[in-house]
Amino acid sequence: MSHVTLAPTDTLAAMSNPEGAPPSSRAAGARASIPLAAPVFAFGVSFGALAEAAGIQPLLAIAMSATTFAGSAQFAATSILTEGGGAAAALIAGILLNTRYMPIGISLSPALDGPTWKRFLHAQLAVDESWAIAHTGGGRFDKGLLIGAGLTLYLSWIVGTSLGVVAGGFLGDPARLGLDAAFPALFLVLVAPRLRECDARWAALGGAAIALTLVPLAPAGIPILVAVIPPLLIARFSWLRH
Amino acid sequence: MAPALIVVVFLGLATMALKATGPVLLEGRPLPPRATAVVASMGPSLLAALIAVSTFEGDRSLVLDERVLGMVGAGIALRFKVPSLIVVIIAAAVTATARAIR
Repeated sequence: MSHVTLAPTDTLAAMSNPEGAPPSSRAAGARASIPLAAPVFAFGVSFGALAEAAGIQPLLAIAMSATTFAGSAQFAATSILTEGGGAAAALIAGILLNTRYMPIGISLSPALDGPTWKRFLHAQLAVDESWAIAHTGGGRFDKGLLIGAGLTLYLSWIVGTSLGVVAGGFLGDPARLGLDAAFPALFLVLVAPRLRECDARWAALGGAAIALTLVPLAPAGIPILVAVIPPLLIARFSWLRH
Repeated sequence: MAPALIVVVFLGLATMALKATGPVLLEGRPLPPRATAVVASMGPSLLAALIAVSTFEGDRSLVLDERVLGMVGAGIALRFKVPSLIVVIIAAAVTATARAIR
């Protein structure tokens, strides 16, 4: 936890410096994302290998990692192409997996200032992991933490993809190394300190329950998107309470 | 256009648009109090959903496999307040070991 607990001090520094993210806050974000740099790199390699096997041009595969920058959507879309599912099915599956990035982007928007092009670029650094690292509590987010964590993971993802398309799956299946368990483990590290509050506990319980219920019923991506429903209900009830 | 090119171009554009909608349209303004209350519990809710799905998701089904052991390992490590890097390594190592044994 030592990496993550650096956040509050850096957030104070960020608030005293409205000009933007202080370097210390970016460094804290980069440090907090280090546990995932290796897993993201390894999955980047295996995505590159999958794309190469699917007959996607090397530069196109790297372009996909640079523009989509969302592992699960890229794996899903590419697998569907490999299985001959067609472009439309691949596209729809990928977009459904990324719908959660609209509420995630909205949650980040008060923290992202500056000209439109800057807000647009900073928003691209939002992935589940950098978003979770940038959350400083109570619905507030820190731009520096987002940039530090987002850039670290972005570089790991692109370098991994590039190696994967060139060298193929030299690392083998990342699951053999247990790297698929790295992501929920870091999410657990990040959510645990928030669960002291009653509302957060209900939100977590509701989000997990509704997502698990929908896994067998709905296309991939929807179970995580509907996890925004418990927060909507909780906000409504706390509004009534006050 | 080749199917792969179509997917790369349009998935890229759609994802960039989904991520940027809030930050571009809201221009950094603070959210109304009600929306802030939603966002506050969105963190725990979405993270818990991500944990649950990435631990139990199979091919459109729920499965109990070695990832659960990895998460138990991570939970125990978290209790002992070890750094997050170690928690993540323990989760991966336990999962990999369980898979190798099976």
